[in-house]
Amino acid sequence: MNVGITSYGTYIPRHRIKIEDIAKAWRKNPEEIVKSLGIAEKSVPAIDEDAVTLALEAAYATLRFPGEKGEIGSLLVGSESHPYAVNPTSTIVGEILGLGNNYLAGDLEFACKAATAGMQLTAGLVSSGQIDSGLVVATDTAQSKPHDALEYTSAAASAAFLIGKNPLATLLSFTSYSSDTPDFWRRDGIRYPSHAGRFTGEPAYFAHVMGAANLLLKKTGIKPKDIKYCVFHMPNAKFPRDVAGRLGFSQEQLDPSLVVDFIGNPYSASSPLGLAAVLDIAGSGEMIFMVSYGSGAGSDAFLWEVNPGIKKIQKFRKEHKQLFSQQVANKSYLDYVGYLKNTDKI
Amino acid sequence: MNIYAIGSGVTKFGELWGTSPRILAKKAFAEALDDAGIPKGRVEALFVGNMLSGILGGQEHLGALFAQELGLNAPAFKIEGACASGGLALHNAVNSVLSNQYQTVAVLGVEKMTDHKPEDVATALMGAGTDVERMSGATFPGLYAILARAHMAEYRTTEEELAGVSVKNHFHASLNPKAQFTLRVTVEQVMKSTLIADPLKLLDCSPISDGAAAVIITSRKPAKKSPKVVASAVATDTLGLAERESLTELAATKKAAKKAFTLAGVSPSDIDIAEVHDCFSIAETLALEDIGFYPKGRAAGAVARGEVTLGSKGLVVNTSGGLKACGHPVGATGVKQVAELIKQLTGKSGRRQVKGAKLGLAQNVGGSGATAVIHILKI
Repeated sequence: MNVGITSYGTYIPRHRIKIEDIAKAWRKNPEEIVKSLGIAEKSVPAIDEDAVTLALEAAYATLRFPGEKGEIGSLLVGSESHPYAVNPTSTIVGEILGLGNNYLAGDLEFACKAATAGMQLTAGLVSSGQIDSGLVVATDTAQSKPHDALEYTSAAASAAFLIGKNPLATLLSFTSYSSDTPDFWRRDGIRYPSHAGRFTGEPAYFAHVMGAANLLLKKTGIKPKDIKYCVFHMPNAKFPRDVAGRLGFSQEQLDPSLVVDFIGNPYSASSPLGLAAVLDIAGSGEMIFMVSYGSGAGSDAFLWEVNPGIKKIQKFRKEHKQLFSQQVANKSYLDYVGYLKNTDKI
Repeated sequence: MNIYAIGSGVTKFGELWGTSPRILAKKAFAEALDDAGIPKGRVEALFVGNMLSGILGGQEHLGALFAQELGLNAPAFKIEGACASGGLALHNAVNSVLSNQYQTVAVLGVEKMTDHKPEDVATALMGAGTDVERMSGATFPGLYAILARAHMAEYRTTEEELAGVSVKNHFHASLNPKAQFTLRVTVEQVMKSTLIADPLKLLDCSPISDGAAAVIITSRKPAKKSPKVVASAVATDTLGLAERESLTELAATKKAAKKAFTLAGVSPSDIDIAEVHDCFSIAETLALEDIGFYPKGRAAGAVARGEVTLGSKGLVVNTSGGLKACGHPVGATGVKQVAELIKQLTGKSGRRQVKGAKLGLAQNVGGSGATAVIHILKI
């Protein structure tokens, strides 16, 4: 069955803070921080934005595209900043979108790969004939403790995908790779996540991204050179570049997905937003290789093939100033105090 | 009585997330036993040097734990003296043999640090300081930065000269496959590295590490030519810096060194190789002066000029890479230093071998200088 993405939408809050301003606040050498992380600025939510409002923005943009959508039978929202511990984001979003009542609602939490798990689940529901179409939303106003290394990268953004039949991009195959690897965590009731420093690298990010990626390459028999674009989870600017090289992808294949260079790491929206940025420019017949990463830990890998219908949504998004390149250019800067206010820290 | 150091073993030092303390201990001990060429049953007692297993891992009672793990049905003891735990364990082992309580004993130094958050490790390490130091928020980089500032003010020691310690030790570590950092660094890289506690920069500081080392000593005449432990001396000083009479020397090192040279019947100029406690670049500078290798105020410049680098004609210091570049799993460090001397004195150090080395000295320090242990080995 030809199942895949039938529409997609994105949202980036317009506020930014320069990484050098965060570094200066903590008397760190700004040049050193920017160089080590490879990020110059990050997106910051407005004072009245949270994971729900961000999810709605991306979902609205997705449903506004006038394609054939079928009946939406599920809404899965992946985030690690759901406003409530108990009380789902998905039903708030579903109610405001007017999805009615006959749909499966679910909140997913798996660090930065919560939403890509939702993409696999939804593809399964559509493929099995249980639903016509399902909406998956990746949304985060990423948390980080002031003065923690995460503060330089944690960002805010969202991306939504409608998964159904006759898609703009067909899901050719997917794999997952999971293990109990506690590299990054946040206990219930605790405001900010903890992490295990460099342990988040080799045994965590690289082991899982490589694990899922190699499974998918083996399963499909496709070689990196046969693929036009690759997308990886982007906790910083270095990890995706490093892992792409290790897997045999070139900088050219990776470049269009690197949303991290512009807005930092919006946690569960990172690789989904990277996928959207690539879909904004991809041509028919081109393949996209995508691997997410969620701490704890796991990776979901996807192989997409772009169909001719992509041009319509690219045109629509451009007309509505919704392309990633357009959204990311719409920005205004906050100082560090403004950042603290907007993220409810003071 | 002659005491022979007949075997040594050292694990790889570094961020060994996949290796437990039990496995580290087994590897180091197995290598030492193999080096000694004796059956395990010959080992009559085990002395374990460790600082942080209780506070970080919730595990005490290490004597029994490692005796069981190593398959030794023998008396076993844990010795704690902050970063000098390993040296102190060896000192106690030597004393037990000198007293004729045992003939052949093993010393194990082991530490597992990188599984824990750096801030938790920094807090745990401050267990080696005073309550006043802890209350004031001091950490060891800060305490050694005070010593560095005092030395710079008194002797016009420069930051570039201190950087020379790290440059040398990284060079030596590049020749040691078991070192945590095998990359070479330049003075410029040290000077440009992140400031930790002014004037100490990241590359002036030893890392947090995992690792283990083991040494076997005996009063039995060995089958093969082995170094003798000709001196084992310990001295203490005030726990905190504030009570010290001088901030430009570690009095405990001076006292222990003086005693050790008397015991061994040698002088500093006789020493061919030394492993000294370079937890920070200033610490190696202080060590070289307090042991008596250089007059006060002269060591940093000498190190920077390459006088104690491998290939120089006189004394060579920290061929292992020192704490700075080989790594600093605190309880293992003092044992590793002596293991390095044994390897050097028996000509087994490969590319970092100091040719013709006959006399080696190890200096292990606890806290900011409250404990100092000196061992001298001779072949």
